[in-house]
Amino acid sequence: MLTVKKASRLFKDGAAGFKNITFTVQKGEIVGILGTSGCGKSTLLRVLSGLDHADSGTIHLNDGSPSGAGVIFQEPRLMPWLSVEDNVLFGFKNPSKYRKQAAHYLSLVGLSEFAGALPRDLSGGMAQRTAIARALASQPSVLLLDEPFSALDAFTKMQLQDLLLDIWQEEKTTMVMVTHDIDEALHVCDRVIVLSGQPGEIAAEFKISQPKPRSRSDLSLATYKEKIFSILEYSNTGLQKYSVR
Amino acid sequence: MKSKLNLIGLGMILPVLLIAIWEAAARLGWIESYLLPAPTVVIESIIEMAQEGTLWAHVSITLYRVGAGFLIGTAAAVFIGAAVGYFKKAEHLLDPILQAFRSIPSLAWVPLFLLWMGIGEPSKVTLIAVGVFFPVYLNIVSGIQGVDRKLIEVGKVYHFNSLQLVRRIILPASLPSFLVGIRSGLGLGWMFVVAAELLGASEGLGYLLVLGQNTSSPELIIASIILFAALGKGTDALLKSIESRSLKWQDNLQNAQ
Ligand SMILES: Nc1ncnc2c1ncn2[C@@H]1O[C@H](COP(=O)(O)OP(=O)(O)O)[C@@H](O)[C@H]1O
Ligand SMILES: [Mg+2]
Repeated sequence: MLTVKKASRLFKDGAAGFKNITFTVQKGEIVGILGTSGCGKSTLLRVLSGLDHADSGTIHLNDGSPSGAGVIFQEPRLMPWLSVEDNVLFGFKNPSKYRKQAAHYLSLVGLSEFAGALPRDLSGGMAQRTAIARALASQPSVLLLDEPFSALDAFTKMQLQDLLLDIWQEEKTTMVMVTHDIDEALHVCDRVIVLSGQPGEIAAEFKISQPKPRSRSDLSLATYKEKIFSILEYSNTGLQKYSVR
Repeated sequence: MKSKLNLIGLGMILPVLLIAIWEAAARLGWIESYLLPAPTVVIESIIEMAQEGTLWAHVSITLYRVGAGFLIGTAAAVFIGAAVGYFKKAEHLLDPILQAFRSIPSLAWVPLFLLWMGIGEPSKVTLIAVGVFFPVYLNIVSGIQGVDRKLIEVGKVYHFNSLQLVRRIILPASLPSFLVGIRSGLGLGWMFVVAAELLGASEGLGYLLVLGQNTSSPELIIASIILFAALGKGTDALLKSIESRSLKWQDNLQNAQ
């Protein structure tokens, strides 16, 4: 589905970005990219989405869908002059022909009643739901999410994580989700790739085989959490010692 | 509703009082009528001109000059401003020379335009167009350059080409600043039409100013000033209503209920 081979993108003379990243994503899979802030997660996602290019390595999106990747950013990035419905149809050349599609995706994210509202009247969670509907409406072969819920309060965040899983149940969308939240990754993802260092490299990969939806208090997930935490902590200790002095 | 009326009433107190004092002063002979005629005399002269049919002739030629200059100046500013705002190369090519031209006080062009184009309409319209051009140009450029990069990225995710990016993101996003620009451009247009008509015209509201001075009839001058004020305010109100209708989406103080 999505194949990334030895991809690198470096900034600041090789002191930032990511390097030598290799992974594949199967159709219908949700893959999490987990890492501390500054390890190049956003950069990786921008390269995958085509907003940026890799310095070396290859990225391959093999599928039959007309539109490549759909992207959900950390901020909703809605067009403030368009209604919720028109925002959902933003990717279409001729939005007025696709009202039905818009209605479908709006109901999927639970915003049917707000089709005519303007972004300024939406709460943060509603705005991000709109962004999700917009990304889905163009039927991307893979959905790329960059810390999509990190700006939301804890409760809204959990609601939207579950919404994402509901959408996956219904549409079996392939997703790559960047996050710095271990719990989020373990709740949502089938596979978690841990990045560490600056530039970020793959430090570990975990397959989470517990069936979705998972309980948030599932104890079997706690062992993963501990392992991931120790990797991230370990990769950070060098930095911390340095900064304490 | 009632409180709004009260507010308007509050704003009316001073003007009404001033006009009453002015009228009384003129009637009682406290001020010489050849310097400042009573408001009623001014109104009478406006009505007289309207009945003779000359009022409409003066108003329409002035409106035509402002309108033509405004359209030409705005159109030029939109094209050049869009190019300068969007293409870095165009900015480096055009912006320095335009900034240099901008530092010339626009009225300094008058003799040159008269020399080149004579005393007819083209020189007047050109002068007004030059006056309108700069505020519109500056606002368009800053509007386009101020468009949120993050919104443009959304368009790039959908593989929009340049034209689509402009039409679907950049234009609507820079609309507020464009509207600010054309409103201040229109204000300058009214200023420059006065200058153009003062300097050589046989018709128009500015010509009435000159005529009033030459024939020692202050009522003509004041009538012309009042008409300028009314037309300027009227056209600005028109633009303002367009502005508030097309910018309902803005999340600002003005749109807060
Ligand atoms: N276009 C760029 N030019 C220079 N440095 C950049 C650029 N984009 C990102 N960086 C740097 O790369 C590092 C990683 O950024 P980012 O991918 O946003 O990390 P993360 O999303 O994991 O927090 C940051 O230190 C940032 O300053
Ligand atoms: Mg980031």
